[in-house]
Amino acid sequence: MSSIRGRLLAILLLATGVIWLSAALWTQVSTRAQVIQVLDRRLEESARMVASLIREGGLSVDQAAQAARMERADADGFHLLHQLSCQIWGLDGTLISESAGAPEGRLSEAGNGFSENEVDGELWRVFTLADPELDFRVMVGDAQAMRDQLVRNVTLGQLAPTALMLPLLAALIWLTVGRGLRSLDRLGAALSNRPASDLGPLDEAPAPRELRPMIAALNGLLRRVDAARDRERSFTAFAAHELKTPLAGLQTQAEIARMAPDTATRTRALVQIEQGVKRTDRMVKQLLAMTAVEHPPGAASGAPQDGAALLQAVADDLAPLAGRLGVSLQVSAPPGLWSTAETTLLQTALRNLVENALQASPRGETVSAALSLEGAGAVFEIRDRGPGISDAERPHVTERFFRGAGATTSGSGLGLAIVATAAARMGGSLHLSPREGGGECARLILPR
Amino acid sequence: MRILIVEDDAVLGDGLSVGLRLSGFSPELVETCADARHAIAMEGFEAVVLDLMLPDGSGLELLRELRQSGSDMPVLMLTARDGLDDRVTGLDAGADDYLGKPFELPELSARLRALTRRAQGRAENLLHWNGLALDTARMSGRRGPEEIAFSRREYTVLAALMERPGSILSKATLEERLYGWQEDIESNTVEVHVHHLRAKLGSGFIQTVRGAGYRLAPEAAT
Repeated sequence: MSSIRGRLLAILLLATGVIWLSAALWTQVSTRAQVIQVLDRRLEESARMVASLIREGGLSVDQAAQAARMERADADGFHLLHQLSCQIWGLDGTLISESAGAPEGRLSEAGNGFSENEVDGELWRVFTLADPELDFRVMVGDAQAMRDQLVRNVTLGQLAPTALMLPLLAALIWLTVGRGLRSLDRLGAALSNRPASDLGPLDEAPAPRELRPMIAALNGLLRRVDAARDRERSFTAFAAHELKTPLAGLQTQAEIARMAPDTATRTRALVQIEQGVKRTDRMVKQLLAMTAVEHPPGAASGAPQDGAALLQAVADDLAPLAGRLGVSLQVSAPPGLWSTAETTLLQTALRNLVENALQASPRGETVSAALSLEGAGAVFEIRDRGPGISDAERPHVTERFFRGAGATTSGSGLGLAIVATAAARMGGSLHLSPREGGGECARLILPR
Repeated sequence: MRILIVEDDAVLGDGLSVGLRLSGFSPELVETCADARHAIAMEGFEAVVLDLMLPDGSGLELLRELRQSGSDMPVLMLTARDGLDDRVTGLDAGADDYLGKPFELPELSARLRALTRRAQGRAENLLHWNGLALDTARMSGRRGPEEIAFSRREYTVLAALMERPGSILSKATLEERLYGWQEDIESNTVEVHVHHLRAKLGSGFIQTVRGAGYRLAPEAAT
């Protein structure tokens, strides 16, 4: 059952029912025992009283037989007691007298004491008291049905109010639980009425204590989603703005190509357009890479791969670029040194570092890329002989869209930001420092 | 009309430079705030086209600096951020106009003409001297009923002279107006263009000041 209210109601009703039934059984058993005890004593007392009345004086046997009933009736005023019957038999087996309403048959065939007999189709409990001197036998009995009735009445009298309470209890539970759950309904309504843009916290104050942890958790989630969305939005806005500049360049160059007075000007504009398209394309690729390193498709996916092999693969990919730039690329990475499952993040980071180094290097120089182990980390070191990063720009180079004064035309301003983000994702860090003898040394340090 | 372009994007910077030159302006391109400061300090530009985000600082900072130093040079902000807040911030910082990227060259040219026109207190795109009205938007002249067409370079030389009537412009200055700082200059071209202008406007319209350069002849008394 998926309804809290229904389940609660069922459990409560079941529990109450079980308790009620147990109480009923227990009452019945204990009442029966007490009733037997009390009524048996009454039978015995009545018999002795009748016997003594006859023995000690005055009263005729008839009166005495009636007295057994009257005396008890006066004492208890109990309407069922009229079923108490008395018979006085002679020892020779003749009926001397009996009370009004006594059955036709002889109440008991037994001697002295208690017995149970079927008389005229009814079960009776009888106490017999024989008086051999005066030659009579007093039998006082009551019908078993009366006794059962008595027990039933007592039990019912005790349990009927409880039975009546049950629907009331159910109604109360239903209402109270409903009332408690109304806060959930309110919460649901508050959430479903919200526009997607509203990620403000939910009000905790009016909610019952039990709901507050959930609201707090929801608010925490809302905060995180809000922050993520803000980051995303600012990134998208930034990206859109960044793309507007190359677009403006394309637009302007296209207009120049259209209005160019001579072929040379037009050709030049077309070359510029090609460069602009290349730069825009690279920027879009870098934006996608940035998004990819920021939102990797789940944790480390796939089997671990050798770090040296990954570095070599990046170097192989970039070999054509190195060739075009006239820069040689030297990889020194012993296989089997270190491996990682974060292959995509690592390759993206390495590709950006090596590409940066290649593009910064003057023709004829060498870029070296090495993998080594140092203490607790695996270190990828990419070194170039480019102009290096100026001290003024050093603190900003890993900011998104930062482009230094000497930025190449194809730079997106995202490369080092991507590396830094990817490094952080992998639990590592990026360190940039001037290289001895000129150039830049980039160290990507990852946990072993 | 000398325009300083401060734009770090190579393709756009080149486009602005070439495009404005084709539209009859004499643009110079710099890519950083530092270079822009030097250029502004050195030479009287008539307007600045300023990108907002530059590699060594914000165009806004440069603009505030410029205004604090007391310069009233017309500045047109060129930026990818053209939201209301950005425009307000830019204009409040002292920009005279604002153009969002991407834009069309004719609009940029028109806005630059409007800025300089306003700075010079003129109502129309016309420069007047000795009966000649030079239309800076159409790069053509009119004298009485006669329409005079000029080549772009002829127009550039003539406009440079007519912007400051009476002052002498050296051959080097005029070459700079024609080609900017970075380009190779073909020799004798200023003489060639002045020769063509004299043929169209009359030999006395432009005077040669020996050893100094060229100037417009004084206005004839009417």
